[in-house]
Amino acid sequence: MVAIIDYGVGNLFSLKSSLKAIGADVIVTADKEELKNADQIILPGVGAFEDAARKLRESGLDKFIKELANNGKPLMGICLGMQLLFDKSYEYGEHKGLSLIKGEVVPIKDDVDESLKIPHIGWNALKFIGEPSPIFSNIEDGDCVYFVHSYYAKNCENSVIATTEYGAELTAAVANKNVFGCQFHPEKSGKVGLSILKAFVNLKEGFLC
Amino acid sequence: MITKRIIPCLDVKDGRVVKGVNFEGLNDVSSPISLAKYYSECGADELVFYDITASSDGRKLFTDILCETAKSVFIPLTVGGGINTLDDFDRVLKCGADKVSVNSGAIRNPDLIYEAAKLYGDQCVVISADVKRVDGVFRVFAKGGRENTGMEAIEWIKRCVGNGAGEVVLNSIDTDGVKKGFDLEMLEAVCNAVNVPVIASGGAGKIEDFITLFHTLPKVDAGLAASIFHFGEVKISDLKAEMVKANINTRIK
Repeated sequence: MVAIIDYGVGNLFSLKSSLKAIGADVIVTADKEELKNADQIILPGVGAFEDAARKLRESGLDKFIKELANNGKPLMGICLGMQLLFDKSYEYGEHKGLSLIKGEVVPIKDDVDESLKIPHIGWNALKFIGEPSPIFSNIEDGDCVYFVHSYYAKNCENSVIATTEYGAELTAAVANKNVFGCQFHPEKSGKVGLSILKAFVNLKEGFLC
Repeated sequence: MITKRIIPCLDVKDGRVVKGVNFEGLNDVSSPISLAKYYSECGADELVFYDITASSDGRKLFTDILCETAKSVFIPLTVGGGINTLDDFDRVLKCGADKVSVNSGAIRNPDLIYEAAKLYGDQCVVISADVKRVDGVFRVFAKGGRENTGMEAIEWIKRCVGNGAGEVVLNSIDTDGVKKGFDLEMLEAVCNAVNVPVIASGGAGKIEDFITLFHTLPKVDAGLAASIFHFGEVKISDLKAEMVKANINTRIK
């Protein structure tokens, strides 16, 4: 059973549908017992970092998710959910994240030519960094996935497993032991995205990357 | 680098896909769900569902069909048609839409874009503009291209982007259904005016029209078409293979 964390941020319809489509048993929940019993958990999110971080904190889910992840539960953050895994974000101020992965989230526009359109919207190619991550076991270097974002993770060199080129090498995916993050939307990335989700839901608790 | 997108547009009326020439003389083509699956599997980068239903019964049917489609199609879905309020945004987003395109609704209520962008983010709000030359001036048309609003199109589109629209679909009424190529002059004017993705719509008749579009106007992000895809005149896989040959960055699988 894979659990999607329901903390009032974004629309979970597509993510839930995509997990069902790959044959996963899926539950959308904010219940700690249910999250604890899940084989893997997914932290979704669209919208603003500050608001999402506050909702996680107010529900007490921030500490609980950290505890589960530190005990070896496979966790995947998607889009804003991925950004929340980092130490902090500079989206409209400075806000603390979950510190499950070292690094920070900064505006794309500060690091690319100003003629480039922001947000970075569309299909872009993944460039694998190092040995292919287990979540990439069914896809290839150069496969395209769907991005929609204005901020990206930086100073996280040790955990980057894929980048994408958009005026600069932007962090596309990260991994630290059993914690994974995808800046793109696997649930909107066709067969390639579904393959990534499938590889993730096959990971067992205690798995270390 | 980011790839150029190919987007089939499904005009849906009473639960079926239709496409007219110059917006008149609608022909029934196929079921939206099966067409969407087909396009998703053969390499479409995104789908636009355009609801041209007038009745509330048809609206409900459309929403049900959207939900069904979103359960089995895992590429971005944009929904337009009949979007007049934030409740309309909510209705289609809950059914799996990723982006919502507004046209007449924004003309009637210019605050709609600003409010929706604030609530759902710029990336979620698409301004779709039906534009036609009138005495040499680009004018915005409402109500499916039937009513001249008198507004100058470039200023209107700039204003919409300023209010938070994260993407522009430019549909040239002058070239729509004519199949002689996209309206490059009109598109260039829009590309030079805004710095958000611009999607070209209206006029594609063959593969070369897309190649010409992306070569002539590198700032255009996507090409949208309907009937040529629905009737198999242009196969998306063939189109993408030709784009690769022409050194246009595109997604192959």
